[in-house]
Amino acid sequence: MLGFVNILLGGIAYGFVLFLMAGGLSITLGLMGFANMAHAALAMVGGYTAALLIGKAGWPFFAAVVMAGLTAAATGAILERLLFRRLYQASELEQVLLTIGVVYVAIAAATYLAGPEQMAIGVPAWLDGNLSLGPVDLNRYRLFLIVSGLVLLLSLVRLIEHTTFGAKIRAAVFNRRMTASCGIDVDKLYALAFALGSALAGIGGALSVNLLGLDPNFPIKFLTELLIVVSVGGLGSLRGTFLAAMLFGVIDVVGKYLLPEIGAFIIYATALALLTMRPQGLVGRPR
Amino acid sequence: MIARGVIVATAMLAATISVRAEDRPLKIGWLMSYTGPGAAAGAASDAAIDVFFKTFGKSVAGRKIEIIKRDTTGPAPDVARRLAQELIVGEKVDFLAGMDYTPNTMAVAPLSTSAKVPLLIVNSATSGILAKHPFAVRFGFTTAEMAQQLAAYASKQKFKSVYTFVHEYEPGLDAEAMFIREFKSAGGAVAGSVRAPLKATDFSAYIQRIKDANPDAVFVFMAAGELPPIFLRQFKEAGLDPAKIIGIGDITDEASLPVAGDAALGVVTAFHYTQTHDSEANKEFARAFKSVAPDRPLNFLPVVAYDVLRAIRQVVEAQEGELNPDRTMELLKQIKFESPRGPISIDPATREIVQTVYFRKVEKRDGQIVNVEFASTPDVKDPGSAR
Repeated sequence: MLGFVNILLGGIAYGFVLFLMAGGLSITLGLMGFANMAHAALAMVGGYTAALLIGKAGWPFFAAVVMAGLTAAATGAILERLLFRRLYQASELEQVLLTIGVVYVAIAAATYLAGPEQMAIGVPAWLDGNLSLGPVDLNRYRLFLIVSGLVLLLSLVRLIEHTTFGAKIRAAVFNRRMTASCGIDVDKLYALAFALGSALAGIGGALSVNLLGLDPNFPIKFLTELLIVVSVGGLGSLRGTFLAAMLFGVIDVVGKYLLPEIGAFIIYATALALLTMRPQGLVGRPR
Repeated sequence: MIARGVIVATAMLAATISVRAEDRPLKIGWLMSYTGPGAAAGAASDAAIDVFFKTFGKSVAGRKIEIIKRDTTGPAPDVARRLAQELIVGEKVDFLAGMDYTPNTMAVAPLSTSAKVPLLIVNSATSGILAKHPFAVRFGFTTAEMAQQLAAYASKQKFKSVYTFVHEYEPGLDAEAMFIREFKSAGGAVAGSVRAPLKATDFSAYIQRIKDANPDAVFVFMAAGELPPIFLRQFKEAGLDPAKIIGIGDITDEASLPVAGDAALGVVTAFHYTQTHDSEANKEFARAFKSVAPDRPLNFLPVVAYDVLRAIRQVVEAQEGELNPDRTMELLKQIKFESPRGPISIDPATREIVQTVYFRKVEKRDGQIVNVEFASTPDVKDPGSAR
């Protein structure tokens, strides 16, 4: 029984890691409808920024994480201005092709700049080790991820669903021309939203390194997981992304625990079944 | 008069040699992953090539050595086959060397054999890949030989039950099968076995299964790279003692050990090369390696790559640059020298490496986390697959 509680907690923590990384993708892909395969590459930019600042320049952990967010936001904004904005009206296939190309460039650049080996990230001592809550041992860093994930969820929901900025974005996605004719600068709005999604990717990437490791293939390794989370959750719904991430984490870990022989496939089977039954995702509205 | 004759003759000879060196370079086709998940292997072998040139110069028996590098991009047998074809037919290489992933090696070995181009394998660890390919020689290791050594170690330690955890691909299945067979025949019990897909980055489920079984020790084989440190960290986080782990050296390979940090302390592994191996040859190699690649971790890959290049040099020298493939294979089977890892030779019957296997424990020395050898078994050969 106790083992199962541990497994459940492990699954939830994994779900939070996925949510931290997928939160930004639910803005760029989910909300803006841009098939952004380069999202995990931006997460990697954040991861490397934080790891290098802590390792080589001796920055404190949280400052490095903030900087990771800013660097990823800047990178995302530059990519958006130079490349992505031209394809907002294009077909998904073209968007996928371009952003996948960016992924390969990112992998090559990371290999060139930081080397092919994996990077370690130093975390503060108080986030290291376990916290004993009665019979259950909780890993401090996973707890910290859960707290960060909740903070992120609440602030994002507030931002998108309760502010004018969020309302403008939703309006622009729903009807771009109408929004523009209301005097809203849609171009600028999209640039801002994209930078925000990228910043979240960077922060998520930096926070997940300690658990998932970091090497130049990061953008490919987690792409599938992130896409599953965002699409199963339902495009354009942050709550859905959060739910799907929890579900993914728990099912993945519990499945591997109970049925290690087929554990790796359970999650894909679940995603397939869910999307077959609800193509719009758990919380998504049919488009 | 005679002196003048000697000088003239020497000059003429020198001239012909220099012409020949320009004319007929010794071409080595180097197949390794320079991109993709195994990119570290390519970078490591580059450093080994630099050390080799620095130590032995750029020509052998009057032939200039030309190493033609090709990127196999990770586990991609079709890519490896195409590149090998191009190296054999287009570049007319004298040797093929490198090789990391077993599937790539399996794709290249038949070509090397039909074209009679010797293939020197740096790091494919699955047993039995040489049997059908008489032109392939292995210089790395097999997971089966390491697993056999660890099973003997486990029974010597009086472990009653051991849990096995391996990566689910050929060398992992080899390791699991061999360990279970050997440990059981020595009277031990296997508490359970679990295999993780190569893609998994969260191991909490597998670790919980291990915890449930509460074994005396855990036998672990994982592909070297970014995953072992994550596994070790999660193992420790789950409240298990890393000192319970007995594994194949990939999991504490010096390139990833710093990332694992304290979570690796106490882990016991069997392997063919240890950075802290105490020998003159290793110290020398480490010095040379540091001078060409100061920022690169020194682990088993560059050492084996360097040995492969040395072996090539020896067989070319023995034939004075006039290569005959069958003769080359005969000479490769007689290779015997002191490598930075210790004494190595090739078993003429199987073309597998014969080497010392070291047992190491991860310790902290002068603030550095390192593998420290504490026991060894000399002259270990690949026992073949137990599957």
